[in-house]
Amino acid sequence: MAGETVVPRSTSESGIQPAPATRLVKGPGLLLVWLYGVMSVGAVSRSVYQIATEYDRAPLAYSLSAIAAVVYAFITYTLFRGGERARRAALVCCAAELVGVLTVGTWTLADPSAFPDATVWSDYGMGYLFIPVLLPVTGMLWLRRARR
Amino acid sequence: MLDALTVAVSAAALALAAWCGFAAFRDQPTKDWHFIGMAVVTLLALVQLVIGVVQLARGEKADEGATIFVAYLIGAFAAVPAAGFLSLAERTRWGSATVAAGAVVLAVLEVRLHDIWGG
Repeated sequence: MAGETVVPRSTSESGIQPAPATRLVKGPGLLLVWLYGVMSVGAVSRSVYQIATEYDRAPLAYSLSAIAAVVYAFITYTLFRGGERARRAALVCCAAELVGVLTVGTWTLADPSAFPDATVWSDYGMGYLFIPVLLPVTGMLWLRRARR
Repeated sequence: MLDALTVAVSAAALALAAWCGFAAFRDQPTKDWHFIGMAVVTLLALVQLVIGVVQLARGEKADEGATIFVAYLIGAFAAVPAAGFLSLAERTRWGSATVAAGAVVLAVLEVRLHDIWGG
């Protein structure tokens, strides 16, 4: 079992300090931060490209995607940072994310004409295998459990 | 050529996802053999990246635009190694689960790449 003798590398800047900072990137949290990272990269690059090249086609949809991108990037950062304050901030953002997904998802279904092109959160994130609606729920469960 | 590579990368990614998913199921961290598997998949994605860029340079067009095509090629190349690095620091089943998730992401990117190129 070669792998199991590997010494865990220093966790993160905040993890080295003697104060018992809550480490959020461990166990299931690693999978969570990976998925949030993927969603961040996907949403940020998508909205940057769309806003830069074809903003006029669907301003509302692309703006909403940009908001989603900011939320994902911020949650990824707080998860990596760890600590109690980051945990609370991430919890609030996950709740905001869930509200956003549900609002935008319902909006796109109720008024499709307002959206000439899809957003990240269209149809509750169907284009992303419903990860956008599942992620905040699992995120909040994990963040509640990670509390000291 | 590109189509064959897309199929090959997708199949390799799904196999890696199943393998690492099985390791996670058996409560095992990623081991040396898993990392060799990740290296193989990453190599295939790198070949795909190079050939995709060469095709563009030779004047072929991607249906949805060259920028998006190259962005997805880079994303496909980076997905599995990034998950692999994360699993180095997490010597539990969750490291294996993360690599499996990374491989699934790669498979999804391959499907998108196929659409973007216009297969």
